[in-house]
Amino acid sequence: MTESAGIGGAGGKPIISIREVSKIFGGAVTAVDDVSLDIHEGEFFALLGPSGCGKTTLLRMLAGFEIPSLGQVLLDGQSLDGVPPNKRPINMVFQSYAVFPHMSVFDNVAYGLKITGVDKAETMARVDEALELVKLGGFGGRRPDQLSGGQRQRVALARALVKRPRVLLLDEPLSALDAKLREAMQLELVRLRETVGITFVIVTHDQAEALSMANRIAVMESGKVRQVAGPAELYEYPNCRFVADFIGKMNLFEGRVTGLAGNQITVQVEGLGEVTLPAVEQAEGEVGIAVRPEKLRLDREDPGAGRIAFRGRVSEVAYYGDTSNIFITDAAGRAVSANIQNEARRTDSHVAVGDDLWCSWDPQDTLVLTG
Amino acid sequence: MSVADEATPAPVLRRRWRREAIGPLDYSRRLWLRLTFLAALVFLYAPIITLIVFSFNDSRRNIVWRGFTFKYYEKALGNESLIEAFTNSLTIALLSTAASVVLGAMVAVLLWRFRFPGKAPLEGAMALPIVIPEICMGVAMLAFFARVGWPSDLIWPFNLGSIIIAHISFSFPFVAMVVRARLANFNRELEEAAKDLGASEWETFRDVLIPFMRPGLVAGGLLAFTLSLDDFVITFFTSGPDTVTFPVKVYSMVRFSVTPEVNAASTVLIVITLVLTALAMWLQNRSGQKAEELG
Repeated sequence: MTESAGIGGAGGKPIISIREVSKIFGGAVTAVDDVSLDIHEGEFFALLGPSGCGKTTLLRMLAGFEIPSLGQVLLDGQSLDGVPPNKRPINMVFQSYAVFPHMSVFDNVAYGLKITGVDKAETMARVDEALELVKLGGFGGRRPDQLSGGQRQRVALARALVKRPRVLLLDEPLSALDAKLREAMQLELVRLRETVGITFVIVTHDQAEALSMANRIAVMESGKVRQVAGPAELYEYPNCRFVADFIGKMNLFEGRVTGLAGNQITVQVEGLGEVTLPAVEQAEGEVGIAVRPEKLRLDREDPGAGRIAFRGRVSEVAYYGDTSNIFITDAAGRAVSANIQNEARRTDSHVAVGDDLWCSWDPQDTLVLTG
Repeated sequence: MSVADEATPAPVLRRRWRREAIGPLDYSRRLWLRLTFLAALVFLYAPIITLIVFSFNDSRRNIVWRGFTFKYYEKALGNESLIEAFTNSLTIALLSTAASVVLGAMVAVLLWRFRFPGKAPLEGAMALPIVIPEICMGVAMLAFFARVGWPSDLIWPFNLGSIIIAHISFSFPFVAMVVRARLANFNRELEEAAKDLGASEWETFRDVLIPFMRPGLVAGGLLAFTLSLDDFVITFFTSGPDTVTFPVKVYSMVRFSVTPEVNAASTVLIVITLVLTALAMWLQNRSGQKAEELG
């Protein structure tokens, strides 16, 4: 699978090119390790990874707060080497929002214009426009300490957008908000990006956030980019165990390739026996066999041929309202999780702990992970 | 009122309001702590009140009340050497405060911002003037100025130079400490945000760091001002015959007797200090409110 043509990134030319960039702190700690990435005009691009994976360092190198130890960053084909943060047409929304506490909302948003010598009348017009854009019209006279966390974030957004940057960087922008507000803000950021047409690059550790907002996502682990793809491709076709496990939930089995025939391979999987799967390139020796919990089907009867199946006992039922997560333990004691939609309205569980069931899935839904 | 109403007992009445037990830190409800508090007030403020009251006493001696008068204020105002000492003190305090605030803020930023060899010794050395006994500082200053041959016959206000230098040396560490404590809470992202929006290093310092430090600068400045204004020991060692400050002058006057004239002069000094402090606080408040009204 190659890079997907995302919604915004389809035919766009790269606005930012990250070329073989590494960042080594203090000569010892490698935060970013030989990363090459293209970010296209008009994309909503996400850098996703667990904490300490180097995603924030990479973002700070785009802003100019860190200098790459090796490699370079290009903006519109021009190297950003030696260009300080205040000279880059790139603006950032900081994790702490960094709203100036001693300035009013208006002065905060106007600061970037004032400092670059934009005249008063234009500043007034642009600040008002930016505040309207983030739904803070009429808040200009407020002090930051009179605002809620969500409003302060909107000030930070307006302050960056009023500069009309080529690229807007967002460092974990939603991590400090509560769940409901976070969800609303996700939608709003997508809408905002469509309105202003500016390229957004967001850093997040929340895979659901990245999947729901971004056109394209780069998954990072210990300084390296593991996969760059659109949300659906990343979810359905992760290219390695790390990505499969980090994005969503995954049931993972270990197996060994025993045969290759035409467009099918046979894999000997512990606990499942020999299974036949659609062929994948470079699949040989030890491989990981993975399947998403929602792809599993639970039956009382043998589901029959054409499906990969095993018999197990329900060991745990976790009820979430819209779905239930059911853990099936097979004869070898391995637990597999199945996600079942609670379609009909009922309060009793149709699957109970201790039930013996058939757990099966379509070979087409199986992932063969070599990395 | 119907009979039925009266017959129905109000359930609210049965609820008794219970007093909470006196907590270990419930100072306002413990008698002996209240007495301690009262005694502290008396010993702290009674002398000051006595000083002010007796400055209006119509008597050469400071013991018995003989009637109200402004006589000693007139006398103090007419005392040229006292006025001169007073002017000297204010000049020294203003100049040394201005220098201490600038120097203290610079040291605070240096120690907060950078890592360099010899930082720990410098931090220790900076705190030295705070912990060294004043008398030692005084002797050291005297020896130093004598050794370098500091000219003592300059015209006013340059003849105050040695005292001002001495005052800066013991008051700037206080400013540096106050400002540094404030900087410890500074969010570095504020600085980065300013640069991100197009501000240069200097503009960031001016627009973000200085406004953030301002409460520390004002507090440190007030501290430096009052320290300088009432310093006796170090000034005594560094002042010459022509550069008498107010505390030194009062000391020389008291050696003969504590006259109401001294009381009057001291009262004026207290009033000036209070007015300046109130002014600084008012300015501080107003700058906050102004930013609120604008924008």
